[in-house]
Amino acid sequence: MAVSVDEAVSTGPAPDHTPAARRLGGRGRSGLEVALLIVLAVVMLFPVLWMIETSIKENRDVYAIPAKFFGFDVTIDHFKDVFVAPGGGRSALSVAFLNSVVVAGVSTLLATVLGVPAAWAYARFAVRAKKDQLFFILSTRFMPPVVVVVPIFLMYRQVGLIDSKLGLILIYAAFNVPFTIWMMKGFVDEVPAEYEDAAMLDGYTRLQAFWRYTLPLLVPGIAATAVFALIFSWNEFVFAIFLTSSDEVRTAPPAIAGLIGGTTTDWGLVAAASVVFALPVLVFAYLVRKHLVAGVTLGAVRR
Amino acid sequence: MAFISPALLLLLAMSVFPLLWALYLSFTDYSATRGGPANFIGFGNYTAILTSAQVHQRALTTLIYVVGAVALQTVLGFGIAYLISRRTHGRGALTTLFLVPMMLSPVVVGLFWRFMLDAQFGVVNSMLGSLGLGQVEWLTRQRTALLSLIVVDTWQWTPFIMLIALAGLTAVPKYLYEAASIDRASEWFRFRTITLPLVWPLLLIAVMFRGIEAFRLFDLVYILTSGGPGVSTETLSFHVYKVAFLGFNTGTASAYGILMVLVVIVLTQLYLRYLNKLKEG
Repeated sequence: MAVSVDEAVSTGPAPDHTPAARRLGGRGRSGLEVALLIVLAVVMLFPVLWMIETSIKENRDVYAIPAKFFGFDVTIDHFKDVFVAPGGGRSALSVAFLNSVVVAGVSTLLATVLGVPAAWAYARFAVRAKKDQLFFILSTRFMPPVVVVVPIFLMYRQVGLIDSKLGLILIYAAFNVPFTIWMMKGFVDEVPAEYEDAAMLDGYTRLQAFWRYTLPLLVPGIAATAVFALIFSWNEFVFAIFLTSSDEVRTAPPAIAGLIGGTTTDWGLVAAASVVFALPVLVFAYLVRKHLVAGVTLGAVRR
Repeated sequence: MAFISPALLLLLAMSVFPLLWALYLSFTDYSATRGGPANFIGFGNYTAILTSAQVHQRALTTLIYVVGAVALQTVLGFGIAYLISRRTHGRGALTTLFLVPMMLSPVVVGLFWRFMLDAQFGVVNSMLGSLGLGQVEWLTRQRTALLSLIVVDTWQWTPFIMLIALAGLTAVPKYLYEAASIDRASEWFRFRTITLPLVWPLLLIAVMFRGIEAFRLFDLVYILTSGGPGVSTETLSFHVYKVAFLGFNTGTASAYGILMVLVVIVLTQLYLRYLNKLKEG
């Protein structure tokens, strides 16, 4: 069974059976715990709130000293600047966002199409040296990206994939395939193999049995896995910055990073771009919250 | 296998082949800009790196950062998970809220914090000022820059440890606590003898994941400090990048990278062996 957050938050330590006198002391402590939690939550969320606030502030309030928490003028100019170029037309940032959608979307599709059948095969068939293969697959995820990026850079330069969306799509798909296989193998393991056996007794081939009986049951798992792959590709920065250079190809992370540097930085614009960029991720993360533990550990931590 | 080979082929082309190429390059004096043939120089690159005082310095920086950040995250993450697990109401909402930092791109996180830690108009200094405390040049002073890096990494990844710890905490069978409360066991005793031993193995796996991630960290350093001021936040990953893309010593950078991969493999193997022993014992 994969660990799920909903599950993780619905049960807990046994109810307190201590006598009333001792529970009173417990209530004081409980109040302290709530206060501590609130403080921690505020600290954790403050940067996000501050970014959102900055994205709707007039410039003079962005740079106000001391910082203005309340009572600033609200504007949506920064958001407009994210999408519209100063002279009208599409901004470079909006092109980058579009590139991110294409690159993350296609690479996720590719990783899913390659990964799901492989996961099914690893779960159902006797594959030679299965454990070693699976470990090898997982280990490719542990390489420092900075190490792989040098030979990938040389390789891409050789075959003309430098500064192309296809190049990014391929490397992201390769990056996500191990994750897809590990995560999906867990989901396939949870579907009884007997379903397929029964279908085969009815005259279906193995593939038909998979297609008609197992695959429909895997759809929620595939969706969750794909969303994680999508988030990884969406947020990825190292390959994006070294393998692309032109505005037409660049994805959003390097484009947003490109907003700083020089002598002045338009922090309002940076904030707005960051908010726009982070929004889909937060929505997606919320959708897969049940599978978070398996997802963030590449499916390696399941029970 | 028709189902497995397409996936394996992609991995061979995009992970294994580049790694083997890096391995080959690591024994040469190849430079990506100078071009020309690659001359075989044996273990020259390796001895140069292993004896370089610069690299030792970067290794120390990386060690301080990895140990500092992962230790902080573990204590905080476990603490938050423990507090949440003791609540009966609003746990789902709390958990989801705490997870937000982890989902954000390192670029966005780096920029957030660069803005907040700005010496002049940054909100952190502004708050320090209104508390009557002095201003700190967070990202431009040697000592505070590394601290800032640790703090930002901790901010982003504490939720990871929290999530895993929470999964472990809620998997502790209830009857153990019930038995303990019949025996009138103190809360500390329950924590020490039931909760901690059962969560410990999972927590150690989380620490391993974080350790690996922190060791190869690049993007946050790039955005937040670019290794500076001076070289005070230059981790091994960032140094490899400099050797490869600013110095264009491709051969040396490859050897450097291979050594980093070896360190990850050896350390995780030792760690996993220790974990397995722990499970058996």
